[in-house]
Amino acid sequence: LPQIYAYMDLLVAENPNLVSKLEIGQSTENRPIYVLKFSKGGMNRPAVWIDTGIHSREWVTQASGIWFAKKIVMDHENDEGLASILDKMDIFLEIVTNPDGFVFAQTQNCMWRKTRSRHLGSICAGVDPNRNWDAGFGGSGASGNPCSEMYHGPYANSEPEVKAIVDFVKNHGNIKAFISIHSYTQLLLYPYGYTTTPVPDQKELHEISEKAVKALSSLYGTNYKYGSIITTIYKASGGTIDWTYIKYSFTFELRDMGCYGFLLPATQIVPTAQETWLARKVIMEHARDHLY
Amino acid sequence: AAMELPPSHYPASRAAALAAAYVCYRRGSAGRGLALRALGRAGRQDIDGVGHKYHLELVLEDVLNEDSTVNCTAEVLYHLGNKNIAPDVQFTLEGELKNTDEADQIFYNRIKSLEKELVAENIPDSHGNVPPEMEPVRLLAWAASGYVIWQNSTENTKFQLAQIKQVKQVKRSDKYLEFDYMILLHEMVSQEIIPWQMRVLWHPQHGVQVTQESRQPKHPWE
Repeated sequence: LPQIYAYMDLLVAENPNLVSKLEIGQSTENRPIYVLKFSKGGMNRPAVWIDTGIHSREWVTQASGIWFAKKIVMDHENDEGLASILDKMDIFLEIVTNPDGFVFAQTQNCMWRKTRSRHLGSICAGVDPNRNWDAGFGGSGASGNPCSEMYHGPYANSEPEVKAIVDFVKNHGNIKAFISIHSYTQLLLYPYGYTTTPVPDQKELHEISEKAVKALSSLYGTNYKYGSIITTIYKASGGTIDWTYIKYSFTFELRDMGCYGFLLPATQIVPTAQETWLARKVIMEHARDHLY
Repeated sequence: AAMELPPSHYPASRAAALAAAYVCYRRGSAGRGLALRALGRAGRQDIDGVGHKYHLELVLEDVLNEDSTVNCTAEVLYHLGNKNIAPDVQFTLEGELKNTDEADQIFYNRIKSLEKELVAENIPDSHGNVPPEMEPVRLLAWAASGYVIWQNSTENTKFQLAQIKQVKQVKRSDKYLEFDYMILLHEMVSQEIIPWQMRVLWHPQHGVQVTQESRQPKHPWE
């Protein structure tokens, strides 16, 4: 964790005109929660939000987040698509969305998924930060058992890691696209998870997904499926992108298909990040061209 | 009643994961592991009084060589009611799998000639690394976990082998190799990581056999 935070500071120090670091809150164990802001100026521009590592065991996501940060810094002038996105929009990137989980997974249990809070006097720690949002909170598709990997917590936004993002998004008021990154199983998903009712923009989101997945596959032939959360993986209530649903909300499930699962070898980080970047660009470019 | 299923939807992908695990069990060895690469067409038939039968067109890949793939058609029948009966799985592979006799024999001879029984932990390690000499040990677990997954799957589960926590060779005087594995299975619908113990028998000419398997309790303080 210190290394990642140090790298973030380095990016800011070397690119002060593009990158800044914001502290949006503190975790249960009092670790600062940082977001990188990539901006070419302006005031409160429409923005894209990307988070990685909300589930700490999904290692390839935090690693990809670091790669994205570097990519934006390196290509913000010479890549036409990225440059034109940054001309109109800011990008917010939260790399370690669950810092307590990250440290616990690194030091104690590499399969740790949740936060590290303790509720209800339980011997089990942690709330699933992707079931703690105020969208269908507490419904089926989450668990009321603190020992479960999908424990939704005592109430919506009980987790400071989640509340920090909620407060940030509400205060900003101008986030137009929201992308949450997970692993594994190679999927691109859009809302809803908590209900089978399709989102009003289902057709548009489905078309964007199709284009994004095609762009992703063009690099290494990696096979992704796409669809709404509830039809493609399972019913999930209190999920991030159901709450943030402001039209362009997507979740990625990165490599692989289960051969290594969470324990993806480092050699796959860069190809994963590269191919996902292409898909992300499709989403961001669409948002840029359809600002609402 | 029979209907086509969208392959991107989870009922088909769960059945596909189960079918792939079963194929891996039946065709896996120390030299061969198969994994699900893609799911093509899928269909489901609801048979009154019996259960749900899935028809699947799969592409499987060789774990050791991703460019080597094989097409597979499979049928999975989940039985109604009694959850203690494993689903029925049948499959046909199109074409031949790469011959692994030599690799199997090399591993077999290597283990047979060890002075002390093999013991190892954390395969892959937390960085996803598998030392080359442990790859056959991992592939045997991969095949054996296919059996465990098959025996314990329902339409509401999707299992994947996450890691081998520990493996200990069990001394035998006959021609078979025997390993006692403690593995972690990732159950994707509940997102739980479940420790599972299994006893595995293997011989190059006799395939993989799981003689005993049992789910282990999770430690709540972790």
